[in-house]
Amino acid sequence: MRAPPPASRIRPADMLRIRCPWCGLRDETEFAYGGEAHIERPPDDSSDAAWAEYLYFRRNVKGIVFERWQHARGCRQWFNVARDNVTHVIQAVYRNDEPKPPVGDGEERL
Amino acid sequence: MTRQRYSIWSLARHALRGHRDWLPAWRTPTPKSSYDVIVIGGGGHGLATAYFLAKTHGIRNVAVLERDWIGGGNSGRNTQVVRSNYFYKASVDFFEHSLKLYENLSRELNFNVMLSQRGIMTLAHSRHDLEMTRRWANAIQMNGVDSEILTREGVKRVEPLINLDARFPIHGGFIQRRGGIVRHDAVNWGFARAADALGVDIIQNCPVSGFESRAGRVTGVATAHGVLRADRFVLNVAGHSSVLAQRAGFRLPITSMALQAMVTEPVKPMLNSVVMSPAVHVYTSQSDRGEIVIGGAADVYSSYAQRGSLAVIEDFIAAAVELFPALARLKLMRHWAGIVDISPDTSPIMGKTPVENLYINCGWGTGGFKAIPAGGDTMAHTVANDRPHPLIAPFALDRFERGALIDEGAAAGVAH
Repeated sequence: MRAPPPASRIRPADMLRIRCPWCGLRDETEFAYGGEAHIERPPDDSSDAAWAEYLYFRRNVKGIVFERWQHARGCRQWFNVARDNVTHVIQAVYRNDEPKPPVGDGEERL
Repeated sequence: MTRQRYSIWSLARHALRGHRDWLPAWRTPTPKSSYDVIVIGGGGHGLATAYFLAKTHGIRNVAVLERDWIGGGNSGRNTQVVRSNYFYKASVDFFEHSLKLYENLSRELNFNVMLSQRGIMTLAHSRHDLEMTRRWANAIQMNGVDSEILTREGVKRVEPLINLDARFPIHGGFIQRRGGIVRHDAVNWGFARAADALGVDIIQNCPVSGFESRAGRVTGVATAHGVLRADRFVLNVAGHSSVLAQRAGFRLPITSMALQAMVTEPVKPMLNSVVMSPAVHVYTSQSDRGEIVIGGAADVYSSYAQRGSLAVIEDFIAAAVELFPALARLKLMRHWAGIVDISPDTSPIMGKTPVENLYINCGWGTGGFKAIPAGGDTMAHTVANDRPHPLIAPFALDRFERGALIDEGAAAGVAH
């Protein structure tokens, strides 16, 4: 039987490890993804176009994204993550009541 | 433009000469500064759109711009499944049109796409699953497409190696016998070759970095070859649709995610059909080379990395091995990911955009391959007439504002 691959061949980028603000560094399988963060509900009398925008349309940038995650198989708290969706490097983890951290918002690749 | 016709005779003739003088299947042209139509994205949908523009509508002054090489993106990364077992009439009509075009595609393109209609079998893992399966199979029949409900024993007859008493036992299922697999590279190469023969310029290694526009119209695209101009533009860039749409000045209801697939080492024939389980979310088939192809759901978070998470691979494998315990001893040869454009209702977005002369074909998410011939046919019609083809009118971008979603994800519950 062949020996298992050396640990060094499993790169951190093969899977996310997220630092939950309450529980610390955990594997991606403990978390649920909640989509883009900082989306504001429009006023009740908004147009159909504004509601469609709120419900369905997303920035979906290539680069740094701000998104909601829940530690679903842990403390079950929701929080926000700033992540590079090309390299999977997590730039910041912050609570829902904290402002967007200044980590390359709008930075984009092609 | 002449092209060598492929046949048993041309194959024999070239074999006698040691296969030394095959001509390239398509040219490598220098781009002209202006075209009638520029198709952005040289995947299956883009190439098919160019082919049908030239063939059906006589618009031959067309360029296809591909950022890498033909077949290097999702068109060469999918798991080759074709089927039309959808739930809603709009979807069934469209995908059945596509399957019918696939049935004649080798002849149409003079290129063997190796269509194998071995059947696609969907499994039910509980009594409730079985109820939903019946509803689904009946809906397909009501829409005029073949589907057949299977008992437990029926499932076993299709796949003798399946483990009926798996962790989630198999209660039955249904099969669309006309579903199956097609060699994906052959579809890309066949459309590229046929479009090229009609005069379409296929320009590889030509990423588009932005648009030039005037008075609400796109006038040109910025590329490595400078600004290329055209009257009309078609965007077929899958996972990068949002990025380019934003540069053209509008937004899309799309999230880009990684979808993974993998193949094992090749073995003798052991799977007869394409087996799909919505409940444990895996599907598998055996390629003509003998490799077992395994796929499943997309990774759960947004990604442009063309590389997925190991945890997801583990899920696919666990489900596949539980269904077919014989797979447990095989080694994986390759695994990969493509960036797929997932829409809120998991139905495609096709037709016009807020920009007057820019058309879009995206939102295929995890299931665009099966739609390539119909996507090309209907988009070419839409671009040529500046009016949506009747088959794709329900899939327009404005359906989100009108609330007219085609919610296949919930209704069919499938891995596309």
